[in-house]
Amino acid sequence: MSQSDTNRANRRAAGRLGLVVVAMFGFGFALVPLYNVFCELTGLNGKTGVVEASALDGAVDESRLVTVQFTASVNSRLPWEFAPLKHEIKVHPGKIYEATFVARNMGSVAKVGQAVPSVAPATASKYFDKTECFCFTEQRFEAGEVRELPLRFVVDTDLPAQIRTVTLSYTFFERDAKG
Amino acid sequence: MSTATTHDEHHEHHDHGPEPGLLRWVFTTNHKDIGTLYLLFALLMFFVGGALAMGIRLELFQPGLQFLDPHRFNQFTTMHALIMIFGAVMPAFVGFANWQIPIMIGAPDMALPRLNNWSFWILPFAFTLLIATFFMPGGAPAGGWTMYPPLVLQGGANVPFLIFAVHLMGISSVLGAINIIVTIFNMRAPGMSLLKMPLFVWTWLITAYLLVAAMPVLAGAVTMLLTDKFFGTAFFNAAGGGDPVMFQHVFWFFGHPEVYIMILPAFGIISQIIPTFCRKPLFGYESMVYATASIAFLSFVVWAHHMFTVGMPLSGELFFMYTTLLIAVPTGVKVFNWVSTMWRGSMSFETPMLWAISFVVLFTIGGFSGLMLAIVPADFQYHDTYFVVAHFHYVLVTGAVFAIIAGAYYWLPKWTGHMYNETLGKWHFWLSAISVNVLFFPQHFLGLAGMPRRIPDYAIQFADWNWVSSVGGFVFGISQLLFVYIVFSTIRGGEKATNRVWEGAHGLEWSLSSPPGYHTFATPPQVSDAEAHS
Repeated sequence: MSQSDTNRANRRAAGRLGLVVVAMFGFGFALVPLYNVFCELTGLNGKTGVVEASALDGAVDESRLVTVQFTASVNSRLPWEFAPLKHEIKVHPGKIYEATFVARNMGSVAKVGQAVPSVAPATASKYFDKTECFCFTEQRFEAGEVRELPLRFVVDTDLPAQIRTVTLSYTFFERDAKG
Repeated sequence: MSTATTHDEHHEHHDHGPEPGLLRWVFTTNHKDIGTLYLLFALLMFFVGGALAMGIRLELFQPGLQFLDPHRFNQFTTMHALIMIFGAVMPAFVGFANWQIPIMIGAPDMALPRLNNWSFWILPFAFTLLIATFFMPGGAPAGGWTMYPPLVLQGGANVPFLIFAVHLMGISSVLGAINIIVTIFNMRAPGMSLLKMPLFVWTWLITAYLLVAAMPVLAGAVTMLLTDKFFGTAFFNAAGGGDPVMFQHVFWFFGHPEVYIMILPAFGIISQIIPTFCRKPLFGYESMVYATASIAFLSFVVWAHHMFTVGMPLSGELFFMYTTLLIAVPTGVKVFNWVSTMWRGSMSFETPMLWAISFVVLFTIGGFSGLMLAIVPADFQYHDTYFVVAHFHYVLVTGAVFAIIAGAYYWLPKWTGHMYNETLGKWHFWLSAISVNVLFFPQHFLGLAGMPRRIPDYAIQFADWNWVSSVGGFVFGISQLLFVYIVFSTIRGGEKATNRVWEGAHGLEWSLSSPPGYHTFATPPQVSDAEAHS
């Protein structure tokens, strides 16, 4: 092989490897949606499901009572108060329940917040579905505003038998904050 | 192309030496010059990172806060790791690759000499950016080298400097890796088939693939940090629907291959040295190649063992535990082959061999503590304690760094044309080998007793072993000055080295003069069976 042939082969090989580098850079970003899909499919990471009320088959397991606990917290940058009205209720799987949280903007300026839910234990999150939730949308609170935030949920009848208590936690974050 | 023409001109009169003057080092495209630059840069960074380590051990010498306030201490641990990983260990191995791969496979130079110049000269800029953060308001990055958000993003002025420094280091090592792969595939001398290549070349080929696949993922992860901080994205920000744990997944997808990037070339160096001083071919050459490839493949499916405590489901923890334990199999094959090479060999114990043998013993200790950490229920106890610190220092200091030092003693006579001072070399070895165990072995005890890592102060019951560890650290640190003295006095003069240097050395590089000419193998050599790996 002559010198120029070798040089051409070298440049071609380097170019192909360069493409691999670009592809792997993209793969790093692709991991983000891939993990999200993976978590939603498996219910890992406490990501809860969303169902339409009409999609429920209406079968209620009256023989079983599950304790649902609510916790609420606010990220330190948001000058809000946020708490559930009731800290825990007992529910029958398959039946739709309503819970209410109250938030108050203690600050002197209007702020937009986003509540992020998480369910513990993680294995229960696949069986915890919300039909309506204040966490689906951003919530704007004027300075000093107090408002009730509704939530409608149903615990799936397939919830594994060993789970007797499910904790639903919400954290309010400032929506337009960076970092 | 201009690259092609200048390259051709070089070969018209291939006896000419380097350009005179210091600018030679800036413009050089010669693989030996660039190898030297990489190695000297790594040596410099080894001492910068080492100075930070001395600061850490000084603060931990006694309980209470004496020398460093907690924020400064965290800067020291973070920067120590970043400088040692990206500034010392990785460039040292790339330096070995530049010097050795062309003369081991009979190539005139690296395949892409100009790119080679560039991949080195990016590094000083990267580390200027990184080290400059010490002099900024708020100081250097202090959130740990793993750069977990949101903590790392609270670093203030240093955040963009850290991110761009990591980008530059990544570009440098990816370019170096591409160059190495192309060189190995396109530039081998006739008769040097893939399974006749020296094992050092094999391990670097596989390492280069790991770099090409893993470094861009790190670049992606830090780019996401950058846009989260400055451009309002929310990859890792829960308020915008992101997830901080996601960063750990993306980071360790790079991070675990990275630890093999730092150890596979070490395996290669050790696999060259042990047969030489046993006067016997390497036992199980092909199984060494396959073991290296298996380790590289497995390194991509074990990343979450760094994050067992984030709250993963049982199935995930079991998966990552089993794949991690599986890596012990090919690694065990390697250790078995090294020991079998020594079995009934005519062994002699020159300095490179001493370092190589201590590598095998001490790296194996690090491997075993790694197995302990791989077991999920045990890891919950060990996580983020000094046991982890002891583990990765056994594999990276007595593993990677010892292999680098072994390789330096082994090839220094070839590179400089002079023998190093054997007596001083042995002093350097024994001082280091003893002090490094005094330094790191007690950290196992501290970790098992519950001392957390990355803290400047500790409870009183940890005082004794910290004292011992610090004393070991100071002796180890000072001993390395001896290495600098030995290296520079060997460059300046000494007993003339023969071409073969070591009685039992095999390979194309030993057929060259010591030191080799500025340009070697302008016409490809004939590869005889005697000069192939076995």
